[in-house]
Amino acid sequence: MIPDDFTYAAPTNLPQVWDLLRQHEGDAKILAGGQSHIPLMKLRLASPAYLIDLRNVPGLTTLAERDGSLIIGAMVTETTLERSPLVRQRYAGIYDASAVVADPIVRNFATVGGNVAHADPANDHPAMLLALRANVTLQGSRGSRTMSLDDFMVDTFETALQGDEVLSEIRVPSPPPQSGSAYIKLERKVGDYAIAAVGAAVTLENGVCSRVGIGLTNVGPKAIRATQAETFLTGKQPDDASIRETARLAADAAQPTTDLHGPADYKRAMVQTLTARVLRLAVQRATAGGGQ
Amino acid sequence: MTQHVKLTINGRPYEADVPSRLLLVHFIREVAGLTGTHIGCDTTSCGACTVLVNGTPAKSCTLFAVQTDGANISTVEGLEQGGTLHPIQEGFYEEHGLQCGFCTPGMMMTSIAFLQENPDPTDDEIRHAISGNLCRCTGYMQIVKAVQYAARKMRDEQATPNTADSSAATATEAEVIR
Amino acid sequence: MTTDAAAIGGMGHSVKRKEDARFLRGKGRYIDDIKLPGMLYMDIVRSPYAHANIKSIDASKALALPGVLAVITGKDLDAAGLAWMPTLMSDKQMVLPVDRVVYQAQEVAAVVATERYIAADGVALVEVDYEPLPPVIDPFKALEPDAPLVRPDREAQTNHIWHWESGDKARTDQLFNEAEVTVKEHIYLPRIHVSSIETCGCVASFDKVSGKLTVYMTTQAPHAIRTVYSLVTGIQEHKIRIVSPDIGGGFGGKVPVYPGYVIASVASIQTGLPVKWIEDRSENLQADSFARDYHITAELAAKNDGTMQALRVKTLADHGAFDAAANPSKFPAGLFSIITGSYRLDAAHVEVDGVYTNKPSGGVAYRCSFRVTEAVHTIERMVDTLAQKLQRDPAAVRMQNFIQPDAFPYKSATGWEYDSGNYPAALQKAMEKIDYAGLRREQAEKRARGELMGIGISTFTEIVGAGPSHTFDILGIKMFDSCEIRVHPTGSAIVRIGVQTQGQGHETTFAQIVAEELGLPVENITVEHGDTDTAPYGLGTYASRSTPTAGAATAVAARKIRDKAKKLAGHLLEVSPDDVEWVDYHFQVKGVPGRSVTMKDIAFAAYTNFPPDLEAGLEAVDYYDPPNLTFPFGAYICVVDIDRGTGMVKIRRFVAVDDCGNIINPMIVDGQIHGGLTMGMAPALFEAITYDENGNMQQSNFMDYLLPTAMETPVWETDKTTTPSPHHPFGAKGVGESATVGAPPAIANAVVDALSHLGVTHLDIPITPWKVYQILQEHGAAES
Repeated sequence: MIPDDFTYAAPTNLPQVWDLLRQHEGDAKILAGGQSHIPLMKLRLASPAYLIDLRNVPGLTTLAERDGSLIIGAMVTETTLERSPLVRQRYAGIYDASAVVADPIVRNFATVGGNVAHADPANDHPAMLLALRANVTLQGSRGSRTMSLDDFMVDTFETALQGDEVLSEIRVPSPPPQSGSAYIKLERKVGDYAIAAVGAAVTLENGVCSRVGIGLTNVGPKAIRATQAETFLTGKQPDDASIRETARLAADAAQPTTDLHGPADYKRAMVQTLTARVLRLAVQRATAGGGQ
Repeated sequence: MTQHVKLTINGRPYEADVPSRLLLVHFIREVAGLTGTHIGCDTTSCGACTVLVNGTPAKSCTLFAVQTDGANISTVEGLEQGGTLHPIQEGFYEEHGLQCGFCTPGMMMTSIAFLQENPDPTDDEIRHAISGNLCRCTGYMQIVKAVQYAARKMRDEQATPNTADSSAATATEAEVIR
Repeated sequence: MTTDAAAIGGMGHSVKRKEDARFLRGKGRYIDDIKLPGMLYMDIVRSPYAHANIKSIDASKALALPGVLAVITGKDLDAAGLAWMPTLMSDKQMVLPVDRVVYQAQEVAAVVATERYIAADGVALVEVDYEPLPPVIDPFKALEPDAPLVRPDREAQTNHIWHWESGDKARTDQLFNEAEVTVKEHIYLPRIHVSSIETCGCVASFDKVSGKLTVYMTTQAPHAIRTVYSLVTGIQEHKIRIVSPDIGGGFGGKVPVYPGYVIASVASIQTGLPVKWIEDRSENLQADSFARDYHITAELAAKNDGTMQALRVKTLADHGAFDAAANPSKFPAGLFSIITGSYRLDAAHVEVDGVYTNKPSGGVAYRCSFRVTEAVHTIERMVDTLAQKLQRDPAAVRMQNFIQPDAFPYKSATGWEYDSGNYPAALQKAMEKIDYAGLRREQAEKRARGELMGIGISTFTEIVGAGPSHTFDILGIKMFDSCEIRVHPTGSAIVRIGVQTQGQGHETTFAQIVAEELGLPVENITVEHGDTDTAPYGLGTYASRSTPTAGAATAVAARKIRDKAKKLAGHLLEVSPDDVEWVDYHFQVKGVPGRSVTMKDIAFAAYTNFPPDLEAGLEAVDYYDPPNLTFPFGAYICVVDIDRGTGMVKIRRFVAVDDCGNIINPMIVDGQIHGGLTMGMAPALFEAITYDENGNMQQSNFMDYLLPTAMETPVWETDKTTTPSPHHPFGAKGVGESATVGAPPAIANAVVDALSHLGVTHLDIPITPWKVYQILQEHGAAES
């Protein structure tokens, strides 16, 4: 499998990236880790004339808590996330998701920014980040803007990026005390996309769920936030009955289709099973104190 | 469109004007002539093309050579030092960790990087670490044992002072291709 | 004087592999590692349609691309009489189509260029105008009267290829009519693909001066390929050299002659330059040979006490667009009639009908070429179905119906003569190793709690070592195999064999056979194979035939050398050869341990000091025609746990007791079984190739065709019993396929067992989580 020819550039700052994007509007593609895009190019399903590699652009590999948020630079690799004690301790759901992206070698190069900006509904991070109410920062020659991930994810392989904008970072609000998050993926083998996967984030106050986030992977045209399920559980005790009903509502929010990853009915049922399991895990982590 | 690319492979410099679209694996195999790194699937699935890029395992069929310009690459050909097999090679030999040998170089490169992170792994941790490398012959049983063999040997070497420095050979004079 | 057997490295020793030295250093020489001066690259234009007329091919844009030297089409080949080639099954197949494609990804044209990347660009520039035709995808619909014809070129204007049957129909029907109990299941074994990690390819190099064509090729059977090449092209056979280099896994997928090999050869003859062609993974998955695709209806008749009486099987075999299976000529359905398995049956009748569809050709292999997997899966599932109906333990029903150890040689209901076996001992060993009784108790407790756990048994009988010349041939060439041994003056040797390793370790194991027979240390013996200019003629390695055939030839050739060596020993010891005996790897005067000579001494004498009545040298050749096939067997027990919330099946334990007769190298046999078990698990749980209604193949890369990783593969627990083959020179039987044949029904039986209390009697493989979950839901057994 041999990709089409292209022109490669590795600019050293964002203004250069914007210039190139403007110069080659429609023909240029941003290259982050390339672990999804390069196979597409080799299959000649994508043939950009210009490939703009972000590897030399500084400032895109931040991974730190700052001003009440976890900042994840677009070029942070999955392996970096997976090995970060900060992520593992305080954002366990993100750790869970990074640990099940593709396989361990791919994760060495695959980036979180790429995972989100590729907007493949099968990618693992968007659902978890939706549950965590993440925002994304887009930077272009006309300035910088921040929007919710909800607004950023438009459709399959389609985001809200405009003109010369580049996704530069993801911001995840730092969890209050008694919060927990988790991500569970149902896959037939390592390296496969999810049959379905669910991310959940829960904050408890006096035994009641004060905040609930639930995101679904690969059961619709894009990552889905199960808003009705979230609303239902909010203000309730996460007991068996309420979790079951939340899971049922999450399954209602799924829009699966039948494909090689299973029949639509099965995927919907799996959203229900996984939602119940992931909520129990998130609640357990929230209750466990340190684990979040 | 061509691009000038300089790589250090197994401590030896290589440079060439190559097409932007030249895959790293083809640079290694065709430009540097190191054919121990194989191509199995073309879709980042099988890991037969795994090499170390600055010490990190990478599927070299899913990187363009230009992306790694300036990098230090390690391939299977660089493992043996001064006529002595690397512990991972010895482990694969002693434990029958290979049959057709096609996945073996990638499997070994992944394992070496893994053992540097985790010198005393469980069998399950090894299985997790090599889950990006497919093998069709062995059923992975003896590969796990081979990695354990290497882990033991590398721990022993660490514990014993005055063993030979196993770092990569120093660079010889630059070789310009084309 | 005694020689340490371990120092010799003969039979039964886990000698470390000789071939590893190069593989571990990245110095293997696989097909894509071969680079010849001036070499060109070929890439192939493939059909997007499963069935279409080719209205025109416009190569002008491709030819205009700098670096593209030629575009070869079916019309070009047709002019040379090479547009079609014979298959091994007396059918013919297209090399390149002249006017019609018959499966998706079929080769349509080939682009030859100076560089690999340019050839790929050229492929994208070849414009082909297709007129799509309705495809035939469902093999059952293929037989309907109004079905489109896949092969109008054939005289018989039907999609039906052949009908084959075996056994006694009248007696079988009679037993079914009188039976106290019968069971019936529809069993589908889906199309799967070997997916060796190395794809297929070749480097063809035609020397215009000598007129000799050398083709380096990923083939498991280089000699057969040479003969086919000669017959097809008319090139004299001594002007063709096929070299099989290191092969990155074969498993049967590298037995056939693929069009790419032929086109590259034509391209080299045309250009006078070497031409390399290497498939990518999508081409490999979409267009190369596949395995299985058997739609089976099986019935078993028995007495109420569990005594099995008769088996009746009807099968529809989907062979794709060409009947290009790699079976022996007289066996269009391979050795499917081994389907009576390890059991005494009064009668059996088995039928198979082959049909054409618009899919790639084959019926070739997946670590079992000859339909043994399909047979074993059927009988092992049917025994369980019977046990379930009679509410008996499946182990007990097996024990009751096994062919008993004293009944060998045993003539099966379909006519095979099983050489040897001890089935109860193998099953007993497996049951003890896994604590079968304890597992059944655990299962009962878990079931009472609503948890799902299953135990599956497979007690299979294999049939390998094809085969005796009275019955077995490929295109008329009898299925013997060969070995040539030359002992050098200083006591080392070179061994050349007609079979071809793809990872099985022949360079080590065949040296061990010679070491054992001649008393020369294994490290002093070189094994060569794969080059038709130097190796003796052989039919190649597949179907677990190497040890039963070429292994036997090697032992016999070595014994011929030993016979001559005995005369030399007598000469050196100054006694009659009759007074010399072979003891502990050397010759001694009978009863006088002090007076002895080693094979090394004798080798030197063979060139320096031989008696006048003996010719010089110490060499032998043997072409071994096996008197019978061999029948390895085994008892496998699998334990699965099922997640009630997802339907996911997890293999908790898998015990495999194998009996492949006497073992050359236990380490290598263990490795073969581990790999075989993994390739048995893969189609049981993961792999399958499917087509949509337009004939689009749906698993065209490793993102969709699911090969198990180390994470999905369980820890295999292996053990053995040893029942030598009575007719093999050193009692071996062959082992490569056994585990792939035996494992799938153990897994399927375990899953069905876990669900049997819900009334489930059968699940087709691959057992996907959604198949299981749907059953759980239907029975209210899913976790809610």
